[in-house]
Amino acid sequence: MKIAEIVKSCKLQVLSASGSLDREAAGGYASDLLSDVMAHSNKGDIWITLQTHPNIVAVAVLKEICGIVLVNGRKPEQDTVSKAESESIPIMVTDLPAFELIGELHALGLRGKR
Amino acid sequence: MRAEALLHQEYAIRGGDFVNAGESSCKIRNTLRQIGIDSEVVRRIAIAAYEAEMNVVMYAHHGKMEVNVYPEEIRLTIDDSGPGIADIDLAMQPGYSTASEEMREMGFGAGMGLPNIKKNADVFNLTSRVGKGTRLEINILLNGKNG
Repeated sequence: MKIAEIVKSCKLQVLSASGSLDREAAGGYASDLLSDVMAHSNKGDIWITLQTHPNIVAVAVLKEICGIVLVNGRKPEQDTVSKAESESIPIMVTDLPAFELIGELHALGLRGKR
Repeated sequence: MRAEALLHQEYAIRGGDFVNAGESSCKIRNTLRQIGIDSEVVRRIAIAAYEAEMNVVMYAHHGKMEVNVYPEEIRLTIDDSGPGIADIDLAMQPGYSTASEEMREMGFGAGMGLPNIKKNADVFNLTSRVGKGTRLEINILLNGKNG
């Protein structure tokens, strides 16, 4: 499923790399521990987190994560947005808590295991 | 005698610089991809390099990450000037961390860094002198255990 479809269905707000939304999300991963994401996320995952600092972009690049969704109305730091822009990593935000958003993503057919 | 490295790169890492943290690892990953290293090997190097780089950023004053590509393996060496590790066995235990509350709130300090590195390495060598610094050497075989 393309990120653009997820953005539309889940009413996400896109804050960076809006030109990269035709990328496919192959699955999803949710965690706020960066080492856990490094160890257990899969290539092509969309990543659900409440971390907002610039290091999340490095994690996404290194693990080939297709996009990051910040939940609970969290906003990324300015450095995070500029890094995400230069690395073409879409950062999206929602007011929903993680549990609700992940429920919606699951209903759309995205899975955490594959 | 070791063959000459096909590729050699060095990156300086600044302790406490959380804004640029991870960039050296990203550059190493991009280089290895560009020269056509197997994607599974690149994935393992990327994880190890990131965790090692973050350890320098979190705990040390400064450090240097060096990558050498040989015909049979990739060798990653990270040297830092910092507090060192008093008890390496303890530091290797999953879940053990000396990270500050602030770092934990940022999602660091899960106590998974060193175990993650070891899991992805074919050869893992960690040496440290308290008050001086730490040296981490890992090798990943190009035809290695997961490759």
